[in-house]
Amino acid sequence: MFELLGIPPQVLMGQLLLGLINGSFYAVLSLGLAVIFGMLNIINFSHGAQYMMGAFVAWMLLEYLGIGYWWALLLAPLVVGATGIVLEKLMLSRLYRLDHLYGLLLTFGIALIIQGLFRNYYGISGLPYQIPDALSGGQNLGFMFLPNYRGWVIVASVIVCFSTWFVIEKTPLGSYLRAATENPTLVGAFGINVPRMITLTYAFGVALAGFAGVLAAPIYSVNPNMGADLIIVVFAVVVIGGMGSIMGAIVTGFGLGIVEGLTRVFYPAGSAVVIFVIMAIVLMIKPEGLFGRSA
Amino acid sequence: MVRKTALGSVAAAALVAAPVMAQDAIDVTLGVLNDRSGIYADLSGEGSVIAAQMAVEDFMAEDKGLNVEILSADHQNKPDVASNIARQWYDQDGVDAILDVPTSSAALAVADITAEMGGAFINSGAGSTELTRGQCQPTTVHWTYDTAALAIGTGGAMTDADTSWFFLTADYAFGHSLEEETSRVVEEAGGEVVGTVRHPFPATDFSSFLLQAQGSGANVIGLANAGGDTVNAIKQASEFGITQAGQSLAALLMFVTDVHALGAQTAQGLVLTEAFYWDLNDATREWSARFEERHGSKPTMVHAGVYSGTMHYLRGVEATGSTDGETVVEWMKANPFDDPLFGQGYVREDGRAIHDMYLFEVKTPEESTGEWDLYNLLATIPAEEAFLPMEGGGCEFVEAAG
Repeated sequence: MFELLGIPPQVLMGQLLLGLINGSFYAVLSLGLAVIFGMLNIINFSHGAQYMMGAFVAWMLLEYLGIGYWWALLLAPLVVGATGIVLEKLMLSRLYRLDHLYGLLLTFGIALIIQGLFRNYYGISGLPYQIPDALSGGQNLGFMFLPNYRGWVIVASVIVCFSTWFVIEKTPLGSYLRAATENPTLVGAFGINVPRMITLTYAFGVALAGFAGVLAAPIYSVNPNMGADLIIVVFAVVVIGGMGSIMGAIVTGFGLGIVEGLTRVFYPAGSAVVIFVIMAIVLMIKPEGLFGRSA
Repeated sequence: MVRKTALGSVAAAALVAAPVMAQDAIDVTLGVLNDRSGIYADLSGEGSVIAAQMAVEDFMAEDKGLNVEILSADHQNKPDVASNIARQWYDQDGVDAILDVPTSSAALAVADITAEMGGAFINSGAGSTELTRGQCQPTTVHWTYDTAALAIGTGGAMTDADTSWFFLTADYAFGHSLEEETSRVVEEAGGEVVGTVRHPFPATDFSSFLLQAQGSGANVIGLANAGGDTVNAIKQASEFGITQAGQSLAALLMFVTDVHALGAQTAQGLVLTEAFYWDLNDATREWSARFEERHGSKPTMVHAGVYSGTMHYLRGVEATGSTDGETVVEWMKANPFDDPLFGQGYVREDGRAIHDMYLFEVKTPEESTGEWDLYNLLATIPAEEAFLPMEGGGCEFVEAAG
């Protein structure tokens, strides 16, 4: 049996699959960021906090209202999206004409406030959230034991990612959106309510973060810092893929998950930095990102 | 020098300005320095301030002529921030003793500054054995636990002649030292360490490391990490069916707040070592109920340690009539304590508080009758066996005296 650098193929297969699962989270989160940046030119630094809110809303639905995982998967993104609408209407909409930096600072501040509030009410240790019964247990694939829930995470993210890509790149609605980004005045002259479309786009991007939060709740610790730990990596993914590129965000999200997974086998201590090393290399060679259109 | 002048002027001011106070009223300022917003905020944080307040009230300090004030601050788990606050407290705010201080690197920094400034340092939150060994100070008391005690408790309990261990270690000083201490205990008991993987700190996804641990075929997977890392690792181990397949998990540092975060469903069967649990006996239950009323959750061993350490410190201040760090700590070492939360014990010459430790197993959801009803007591580790011996510990002032 062949071995690669002393790692048996079964182990390698297992790690590839695990990388793909982590990549699913990166893909859904960076997709939301890419949609928001692509359409609004806002660098949404509160994305991590909104991901965390998704997980917390799922927990609250169960704890206070007895609503389980499947409904939470639908309701939590709606709730988080609704907070996104409020945020966009009240604050972000005032910043579109200014430099990117203002949006970044505003959303970063909001992220700190949201995290602080949750920390104040729920503490830092986290809250328990169980895997739904229908998805507990797992399959023995021969080379590894794959929990059903992780399989579901891959399926759900792939569906969500490609539907989003399809809507934005291949439907009339998506073409309005893209046109509104290019020239809002002209699109407005055709009778399309551009501000509302932008609000809804932001809400959608934020809802994607909330959706990822619900997906994460049963497997990661539901705590106020869960997003802060992840958001920096996700930003690196977006930069590597090319800011604002939908397909770039999806492909690099999954791809970098795999790269990170392999690093965990060959050189575990380096797994925290491998994505940033790749980011640095990409920025040197192709500053607009792998899938970015050069400006 | 500065210190004496300040004390002198305070005493003078008290004499001149307050004839109504008892003649020998002593001003004592305690500073609770810990993590108020990061990963250790639940196990120390505001709860430790409440525990210190409760100690002052229960001690009835006012009736005994002690005028106690409590300050608190957030050191953000950073040694430089902790040093700055400690220095300012001693220099400008008249602090006499610093309490709690989780995060070993921050605690070691505060220990040195305390010795330099003539204060007292009653540590509850940090784990490093260095506080009472290589970097000991005559003004340090290490009250609650240390990594060696955890290793002796959990490592000893889970190792038989041919038990094999695999470590998942957080890649920083604390994780390394916990792994090292436990490996020693395991090997002394005749067990074997078959492998180790160092994960970045903090980490979210442990599946890859867990699979490597599973592949090693070890009997026990030792988690040499803390807080959110431990919680995530255990959650994912349960998901990947690792415990169901026959391997045991040993959480080498885990607090009741972490177990609470996991819930009994996920954490059941875990074996862990703590110095305190709220449901040990009537005294711990009574105190914990009062604590919960004020804080909203049950106390951790760190909170309990702040309470008991403060109590013993105040006894020392009362007995010696002094707030000089070395004098009070010397009294604390000379006089054993009989404490409602930690039982009978004493502070050893090197500053290590010696008391019983407990080995617990997390209850199953069926056994657990409430959200905080989480542990079954497996064994009490007698005080004399619970900690590393002082001999050969490398504490300079002890060896110089001996």
